[in-house]
Amino acid sequence: MASLDRVKVLVLGDSGVGKSSLVHLLCQNQVLGNPSWTVGCSVDVRVHDYKEGTPEEKTCYIELWDVGGSVDSASSVKSTRAVFYNSVNGIILVHDLTNKKSSQNLNPWSLEALSKDSSPTGIIVSNGDYDREQFAENSVPLLLIGTKFDQIPENKRNDVLTRTAFLSEDFNAEEINLDCTNPRYLAAGSSNAVKLSRFFDKVIEKRYFTRDPSQMQSFTDRRRFNFKSLHND
Amino acid sequence: MSFFVDSVIMFTSQVLFFGFGWLFFMRQLFKDYEVRQYVVQVVFSITFAFSCTMFELIIFEILGVLSSTSRYFHWKLNLYVILLVLIFVVPFYIGYFVVSNIRLLQRQRLLFSCVVWFTFMYFFWKLGDPFPILSPKHGILSIEQLISRVGVIGVTLMALLSGFGAVNCPYTYMSYFLRNVTDSDILALERRLLQTMDMIVSKKKRIAMTRRQMYQRGEEQNKQTGFWGMIKSVTSSPSGSETDLSLIQQEVDALEELSRQLFLETVDLQATKERIEYSKTFQGKYFNFLGYFFSIYCVWKIFMATINIVFDRVGKTDPVTRGIEITVNYLGIQFDVKFWSQHISFILVGIIIVTSIRGLLITLTKFFYAISSSKSSNVIVLVLAQIMGMYFVSSVLLMRMSMPLEYRTIVTEVLGELQFNFYHRWFDVIFLVSALSSILFLYLAHKQAPEKHMTL
Repeated sequence: MASLDRVKVLVLGDSGVGKSSLVHLLCQNQVLGNPSWTVGCSVDVRVHDYKEGTPEEKTCYIELWDVGGSVDSASSVKSTRAVFYNSVNGIILVHDLTNKKSSQNLNPWSLEALSKDSSPTGIIVSNGDYDREQFAENSVPLLLIGTKFDQIPENKRNDVLTRTAFLSEDFNAEEINLDCTNPRYLAAGSSNAVKLSRFFDKVIEKRYFTRDPSQMQSFTDRRRFNFKSLHND
Repeated sequence: MSFFVDSVIMFTSQVLFFGFGWLFFMRQLFKDYEVRQYVVQVVFSITFAFSCTMFELIIFEILGVLSSTSRYFHWKLNLYVILLVLIFVVPFYIGYFVVSNIRLLQRQRLLFSCVVWFTFMYFFWKLGDPFPILSPKHGILSIEQLISRVGVIGVTLMALLSGFGAVNCPYTYMSYFLRNVTDSDILALERRLLQTMDMIVSKKKRIAMTRRQMYQRGEEQNKQTGFWGMIKSVTSSPSGSETDLSLIQQEVDALEELSRQLFLETVDLQATKERIEYSKTFQGKYFNFLGYFFSIYCVWKIFMATINIVFDRVGKTDPVTRGIEITVNYLGIQFDVKFWSQHISFILVGIIIVTSIRGLLITLTKFFYAISSSKSSNVIVLVLAQIMGMYFVSSVLLMRMSMPLEYRTIVTEVLGELQFNFYHRWFDVIFLVSALSSILFLYLAHKQAPEKHMTL
C-alpha cells in the first residue's frame, strides 16, 4: 500500500462549474446532495487500483484537492491559493459545457498552477494564449472534464463536442464529458471510466518513477527524464 | 424645426448611453458568464440609457442648450419611459427569471411571474402609506403616486450607500488603521493551513481504507434514510468500525471548518500586507492624505445631518448661491453673479453626477462578483438594474437642492408637486443611521482582528 507516498491531483476550474460535485462523485461514488461554495480548498481521497487486472495491481490513495475561486480573484486570494499548488502530480481541469467562458478560463488556471515554481517575478508566458509547445513538453498529466452535459440541448451537442475536442488537443490531454449528478457516466467499463483510470495510472507512474526531490515539472524545467518513454498509450 | 433637431440630438445621445451600458455589461459584469438571454442585457442598457439621459437634461437645463419646450417634452417623455421600465418591465422579468430557476413551477412560468409582479405592485403601493409624501389633491392614478414611491426607495438606497461610503472611505484610505503584518506571520499561518490539510487527508485516507475493508467484508450497509430508516437505526446497533467511522468523520468536519477559517485569515493578512506596501508608494501617501480630508468631511456631514434633524431645519438656498453670496458680501469680490453661478453650478452638478454614476457602477460590480453564480446571474443583474434606475431617479430629486432657483423650476414642474422637504429629511435620517452603524460595525471588526492575531 502506498501509504507513505503522496499522490496529489489538483482539481481546477471556475466557480460553479461543478468541481465539488465531481470530486464527491469520484471519491464517494455518490452524488453530492447539497453543493455549496467552496471556501479555500477541500480535499478528498480516492481509492484507486493501479494497473487493475494485472499481476502488478496495487491499491493507491489519490488526493483530490479542489481549489475554489476564480481567475480574477484578488491577488491576496491568489497568493494564498498558491500554497496548495506545491508538489502536484496531476491536474484535472473542469469546465462547464454550457458556458464557453469557463473553458476559456482554463488556460489562466493551468498557468497559475503550473507556473507557481517559476521565477519569483511571475509567470513566464506573457499573453495567456494557447501554446501547444508548452503544453506538449509539460510533464504534469492533465485531464479535461466537461460538466453539465445533460443540460445541452440535442441540436447543440455536436458543436460543443467539437469545441471540447479542440480544447483537449491544445492541452494535450484526454477529455471526459459528463453530468455530475448522474453516476452512470462513470459506470465501470464505460469509456469514461477507462480514461479516468488511465489518467490516474499515468499520475501514479510519474510519481513512482521520479527520484527527484522536486516533484513538480514546470515550463522552465528543461530536464528530460527517461520515463517519458512510458507515455505511449 | 428646432424641435426636430433637438429630438435628433436627444436620440443620438440616448443611443450612445445605450451602447455604453451594453459595453459595461459585457466587459465588466458578465466577464465570466455567457449571455444566453439577451433580454437581460437589453433591459439593463435601456435602464442605464434613460437614467443618464435625465442627467443630461439637467446639464442642458443649466447650460441653456436646446429650446425650453423641447426640453420639457423630453423630460416628460423620459420620465414616463423610465417609470414604465422600473415598475413594469424590470420587476416582471425578475419574477420571470426567478420562477424559471425553480423546477417545480417551470410549466406555468408566465402565470407565476404575473403573480409575482402583482405581489410586487401590492407592496409597492403599500409603501406609500406610512410616509407623508402626497398632498391630497392628487388622484389615485397620477404619476406622482408612482414617482413618490420610487423616490422613497431610491432615497433610502442613496442614503445607505452614502452613509457607509462616507465612513468606509477614510477607513480604507488612511494607513493609521492598518494593522502591522510581517512576512513571518503569513508564513506561520500558511504552515498551519497546510498542516491542517495534511491532517484532513490522513483522516480521510483512514475512512476510505475502513470503508473499503467493510465493503470487502460485506459489512457495508446502505445508509438508512427517511423516517423508517431513523426508527430502524435506533434498534440496530452499529458495528465497531461504523462507530469509528462516525467519530473520524466528526473530526474531519471540525478540521475542515478550521481549514476554512485559516484560509480566510491568511487571505486577510495577505491583503493587509499588500495595502501596507501600497501605502508606502507615492499614490498610497496621496490617498492617505485624502483620507484625512475625507474623514473631516464625513464628520461634518454627520454633524449637519444631526443638526438638520434636531432643529427641523430645511435648507433654502443651494451651496452655489450661498457661496457666491458669501464671497460677494463678506469678501467684497465683485463679479458677474449670473454668469458665474451658471458655470459653477454646471461644474458642481457635473461632478456630483459623474461621481455618483461611477461610484454606483463600481459598487454594483463588486456586489455582483461577490454574490452571483451561473444560475442566478440574470436575476442579480436585473435587481442591480432596478436599484440603479431608482438610485438615479432619486438623485435627480435630491439634486434639486444643489441647483440655483432658476434651474430648479423645471425639475419641480416635471416631477410634479412632491413634498421635496420630506425626501431631504428622510435622506438625513437614513444617512445618520447608516453612518453610525457603519462606524460601529467597522470598530467591532477592527477590534476583533488584532486579538485573533495575538493568539497565533
